Amino acid sequence: MNVIIFGCGRTGAALARMLSSNGDEVTVIEREPEHLARLGHDHGCRVIIGDGLDDDVLLDAGIRDADAFIASTRGDNTNLMAAQVAQTRYGVSMVCAKVNDPDRAREYRKMGVFSITPNLLTAGMMRDWLLGRDFLPIDAYNKVEGEG
Amino acid sequence: MGFHLTKMLLKEGHEVLLVEKDRHTYQQLEPQLGSAVMLGDGCETRVQQEAGFARADCVAAVTGEDEDNLIVCQMAKNTWGVERAIARVNNPEREALFKELGIDGVVSATEILFNLVEQEISAGSIVPLAALRRGKIEVIEAVLTGRSPAVGRRVRDLNLPPGSNIVWVVRGEHGLIAEGDTELEENDLVVILAPVEHAADLRKVLESGH
Repeated sequence: MNVIIFGCGRTGAALARMLSSNGDEVTVIEREPEHLARLGHDHGCRVIIGDGLDDDVLLDAGIRDADAFIASTRGDNTNLMAAQVAQTRYGVSMVCAKVNDPDRAREYRKMGVFSITPNLLTAGMMRDWLLGRDFLPIDAYNKVEGEG
Repeated sequence: MGFHLTKMLLKEGHEVLLVEKDRHTYQQLEPQLGSAVMLGDGCETRVQQEAGFARADCVAAVTGEDEDNLIVCQMAKNTWGVERAIARVNNPEREALFKELGIDGVVSATEILFNLVEQEISAGSIVPLAALRRGKIEVIEAVLTGRSPAVGRRVRDLNLPPGSNIVWVVRGEHGLIAEGDTELEENDLVVILAPVEHAADLRKVLESGH
């Protein structure tokens, strides 16, 4: 699988390493060179220093041939915008944004943008661990209280 | 920019609410705007609800960050059904993208300047950017040539026609909020909110003669 990851924070870096050791083709886009240190050594990823909202950078990263695009910067709005560029403009089939605000995530889910909300996921998994339950499919964790 | 826009619209009798995220900025605006300003992040649904997005006729996102402006406008339209959503873009290349993503009202100061150059309109022409409130207030841009009497003077010292306000100055690659003390320079692109009937007077103040 050919994956582009925009944002080399803890999430992006960890994902990049996991996919790379799984044999997938990973390209990481990151604005700040010092964050790339998180990738460690022998990460096997292609690295681009630039803005993942910039068309030139995305094209250079190979977005036209990408199977997946992950937006994992620190900013919800940046991630939501990048995810939409990948989906709407470039037709990437698997797109996921990291969105910390659960309400915003829900609104954008309705607009067709898939996202994962880390705090909800963490809370849900901790709950299931505490109650001795099996873990659930991802959509169950993404839900805001009272969401259908 | 949001502050000046708010003041002008209030003056015209509109119901306006300015939503400001930064506490320090809010504290500076509150004495002047009172209940017309609210502290909060306009991208959060809770803030949007408190601000009354549900009954707004128009939402204008004029922050310095394109992605924030996009999200506010998309949520205004999709979550709250607001009819008119206007986004400011700081990076002109984003204009097409915003339209692709459903935001039809997009304002880009840099883009207008570029178009002026492209169309070879003589520098110093006053170009109306948009008409607000059924044509009574205009958003106007003017580039100050070397001959402009406004060059070298402070905004507060200009003899602008009544009701006109310079809200924004594009200098080189930067945008500045126009304060009373802002000194204008040659090649500055000034963005002005003015009642439509004063366009000719503005021309006099900024271009030639007095």
